[in-house]
Amino acid sequence: MSSSSSIVAMKKVVQQLRFEASINRVKVSQAAAELQQFCMNNATQDPLLTGMSSSTNPFRPQKVCSFL
Amino acid sequence: MCDQTFMAATFGPCDSCGKASPLMNIYIKSEAINYCSFCVEMMACQQLQKGETLQSLKKESDSLKKKLEEERGKLNDVELHQVAEKVEVLSSLSIKTRRVLKGHGNKVLCVDWCKDKRRLVSSSQDGKAIVWDAFTLNKVSEISLSVFYFDSNAQNGLDNKCSVVPLSLDKNENLAAKKKSVAMHTNYVSGCTFTNSDMQLLTSSGDGTCALWDVESGQLLQSFHGHTADVLSLDLAPSETGNTFVSGGCDMKANVWDMRSGQNIQSFESHESDINCVRYYPSGDAFASASDDATCRFYDLRADREVAVYQKDSVIFGASSVDFSLSGRLLFAGYNDYTINVWDVLKGTRVSILFGHENRVSRVRVSPDGTALCSASWDNTLRIWA
Repeated sequence: MSSSSSIVAMKKVVQQLRFEASINRVKVSQAAAELQQFCMNNATQDPLLTGMSSSTNPFRPQKVCSFL
Repeated sequence: MCDQTFMAATFGPCDSCGKASPLMNIYIKSEAINYCSFCVEMMACQQLQKGETLQSLKKESDSLKKKLEEERGKLNDVELHQVAEKVEVLSSLSIKTRRVLKGHGNKVLCVDWCKDKRRLVSSSQDGKAIVWDAFTLNKVSEISLSVFYFDSNAQNGLDNKCSVVPLSLDKNENLAAKKKSVAMHTNYVSGCTFTNSDMQLLTSSGDGTCALWDVESGQLLQSFHGHTADVLSLDLAPSETGNTFVSGGCDMKANVWDMRSGQNIQSFESHESDINCVRYYPSGDAFASASDDATCRFYDLRADREVAVYQKDSVIFGASSVDFSLSGRLLFAGYNDYTINVWDVLKGTRVSILFGHENRVSRVRVSPDGTALCSASWDNTLRIWA
């Protein structure tokens, strides 16, 4: 019977919503500050961000030595 | 003799099913419930709490949704880019194409880096998977399979299966023979990833579910139901102890799941079209998504809401793939207009555009050590940017 399956489906939706409503949340200001902190802490180790010199980056073209 | 005859005192439309029939006069918590006898039976069988009807459940679901929105709204005291105002503006990046990998005969759909940071494996619509050495551009091996999408050596196909192919350095080994079918869905497999232990495989499928499989036995360990349309992408949380993953799909939702219980922990619905790709922020506290609505969005898991939208009026084509740089400051997104946009995650601005591909960018992946970005495209090539 379609109404019974929709009742079962609705029950699941309500249970899921009850679960989601009960989780602990943090203020955006605090979450954003922590995200920013993570970026700052790891910025120096990020080669794409800081740019790597040709000698250390295997993908950058190396300076060719030529015999004079 | 027991001959029970019930005198129906009232006859009329049932509160639950609406049909006109003799009603049973029941009082639940001093509230009159006028149901027909069939509905009373149904209520008892389905173990509905007293008085729960479709209407009351609908009301409760609506009020819970409102409550969720309110709770989330209360915590939205400031925007991410406002918090990031004090951060230095990024200087222009000098990222250019350093390598072009040619060899596929058709659209390249998927690429991933090996943990050794120099090998790449890519798959194409021409039915081949190629393992490349990114430094020397040599093709290490070529595997013919009905392969379309994969991650880290596990390959998905439109044959609804996901197979694992062990890759070795021995060029003479017949890799295709060692292919082992692990996952089986009822529709195409759209994404897969190994879990931290490498003994388990997580897959997402067009059948709307995600599933966790044991690689050795091929057994289904857990399935994840909740999406109402095809699931297009998934990503595992980066933490070693973490047991969660995020999935995104055609129902415009991104869901976070607990791998052990199968429970949907959090759900985010703010995109306006299919979510093509989801990727965790390196710290594991947030994730980004790329969608056909031409935006990429950033969601924080602890604040339980979207905290940034990366969009521009000039960007009108859908985004197919995203990946973060090592520190999480840069978000690389591949679009259907053949470009890759580089976004400043904190400030929400676009830092750079990478031109070069001659057709849609299907996948972007940052190398494990963060030194390079690899992009796969429908123009049959892969490019390495550094």
